[in-house]
Amino acid sequence: MTVVKMGLRLVMTEVKLYLREPVAAFFTFAFAPMMLILFGSIFGNQPSPFLGGRGMVDVSVPAYLGMIIATVGLISVPIGIATRREARILRRFRAAPLPPAVYLIAQLVMYYAVTLLGGIALVLAGRLLFGMRFDGNPLAVLAGFTVATLAFLGLGVAVGSMAPTARTAQAVGMILAFPMMALGGAWMPLETLPESVRRISAWLPLTHVVVLMRGLWAGSSPGRHIGDITFLIVTGILGGLLAARFFRWE
Amino acid sequence: MQAVIRVEGLRKAYGSRVAVDGISFEVYEGEIFGMVGPNGAGKTTTIECIEGLRRPDGGTVRVLGLDPQQEGLRLRQRIGIQLQEGGLPDRLRVEEAVTLFASFYPRPMDPQALLERLGLAGLRRVPFGQLSGGQKQRLFIALALVGNPELVFLDELTTGLDPHARRAMWDMVREIRAEGRTVFLTTHYMEEAERLCDRVAIMDRGRIVALDTPERLIHALGAEHRVIFHTNAPFDPTPLRDLPGVSQVEQIGERVVIYGKGDRLAAQVVEALVARGIAPRDLRVEQPTLEDVFLALTGRPMEEANPRENQGGNR
Ligand SMILES: Nc1ncnc2c1ncn2[C@@H]1O[C@H](COP(=O)(O)OP(=O)(O)OP(=O)(O)O)[C@@H](O)[C@H]1O
Ligand SMILES: [Mg+2]
Repeated sequence: MTVVKMGLRLVMTEVKLYLREPVAAFFTFAFAPMMLILFGSIFGNQPSPFLGGRGMVDVSVPAYLGMIIATVGLISVPIGIATRREARILRRFRAAPLPPAVYLIAQLVMYYAVTLLGGIALVLAGRLLFGMRFDGNPLAVLAGFTVATLAFLGLGVAVGSMAPTARTAQAVGMILAFPMMALGGAWMPLETLPESVRRISAWLPLTHVVVLMRGLWAGSSPGRHIGDITFLIVTGILGGLLAARFFRWE
Repeated sequence: MQAVIRVEGLRKAYGSRVAVDGISFEVYEGEIFGMVGPNGAGKTTTIECIEGLRRPDGGTVRVLGLDPQQEGLRLRQRIGIQLQEGGLPDRLRVEEAVTLFASFYPRPMDPQALLERLGLAGLRRVPFGQLSGGQKQRLFIALALVGNPELVFLDELTTGLDPHARRAMWDMVREIRAEGRTVFLTTHYMEEAERLCDRVAIMDRGRIVALDTPERLIHALGAEHRVIFHTNAPFDPTPLRDLPGVSQVEQIGERVVIYGKGDRLAAQVVEALVARGIAPRDLRVEQPTLEDVFLALTGRPMEEANPRENQGGNR
């Protein structure tokens, strides 16, 4: 139980540290709601046949959840892991009587928590400002969100572990994140992308996050998204294996 | 005396480069044990093998009766570690760091009292990234002490500190020992080892070339002392040359230097001068130091062996 206490203390401290990073905090908590406000004010939230009878905000919120997941997973996590290694922070923690697994799990819990908080901020903005529609099962949505987040945390830890320096980790994370957001339907609805581009999109993990979240949002059952869920689980496992293979304390 | 650290035939190589070449020694309960040697001698490799942070290629290490490789977690509950190269998140505040690390130990010290004691009380809310080098070092000592350790490891505690801060650190280390904790420290300042340590292991190129109390190391060297004084009276050095133990007398203007051996050297010189009615000014005795021991054992002076020190570099 003392291990749990240590872990919780570590998570609390790490969440505080995350909130103190202005750039990370902005992109996790404020950027998606701001985009929503911008595009929501331009396009409104009128149901449109082009979007399957939903409004711009209704489809943007679950897509932007994907954006938050990708931002934290592919940008914050690699920078965080590589910086902690480069600045010898990992060494300092390893010299304490803290089981290494507790340290690593606490990191993941912290990143999950901030992703979830970012998602909640976005949903609240959609609901309170635009009367966003939600026809899904909250538990299914939370479960889908969790699978998606874990998959991206796995990718992020892999990138952070393989990158030689924090700067490289940041660069690689961004190179992965931005095209994935653009082609994966996180910024613009997938419907607006040409068919040829969508064939590439199908291979990007973020596309499956967006399709899954939009589907669950609109009330389809998780069973109808078994392909997306499998894709994400495989992604997470691959990320985890790479991370386990390449992770270094120093 | 109870050995709290036993090292036998410790060996560690990085690729083809042998960093520690089969060393053996013991550290006794309650002492300040110092490992001194130039850059790259293998001090950090040794200390981190003992802490369980690096895996030795050969030999056995026992610390407080535990095997650092097999029982690392249990060991680290009972020891405190200050790393030569360690860091904390830039935005972590001093007080948060100490309370966080306190939560990792079964019987921690009171973080507030510890902050007071290390002079960090006024810096509680300052983020790590804004601390000066000396303040960071004090915080790392706080983290090494917060677990109430039986054994404290300090790797290059004073490197990069100004002389004033260095002396304050020495007092701190003596205080830690006075509380009944054993201290294992490394340094490449011979003076620090000589002033601070009960026993010193001199390390060079992965081997321990000497291990004893500083006094015995210096004594065993059999090196000469120097008695130095000034006088403006006309002065004939011949009678001083005939004193027992004196090997050489130099006179440069008003300055006279007498080389010799024996515990009574200075007393004899003073008696001889007084008997001739000569009043020496600024008389002082220079003892051989650990620097001289290092020079004698390795054939090169410490500064030469310490390339980074030469450049006045501060890591
Ligand atoms: N992780 C490592 N990988 C490769 N070589 C290393 C590593 N750590 C140390 N070495 C090499 O091993 C030798 C001993 O290094 P070590 O850090 O133990 O010396 P040290 O006595 O602590 O030196 P310093 O006074 O500079 O701290 C050096 O030649 C160093 O370059
Ligand atoms: Mg060292």
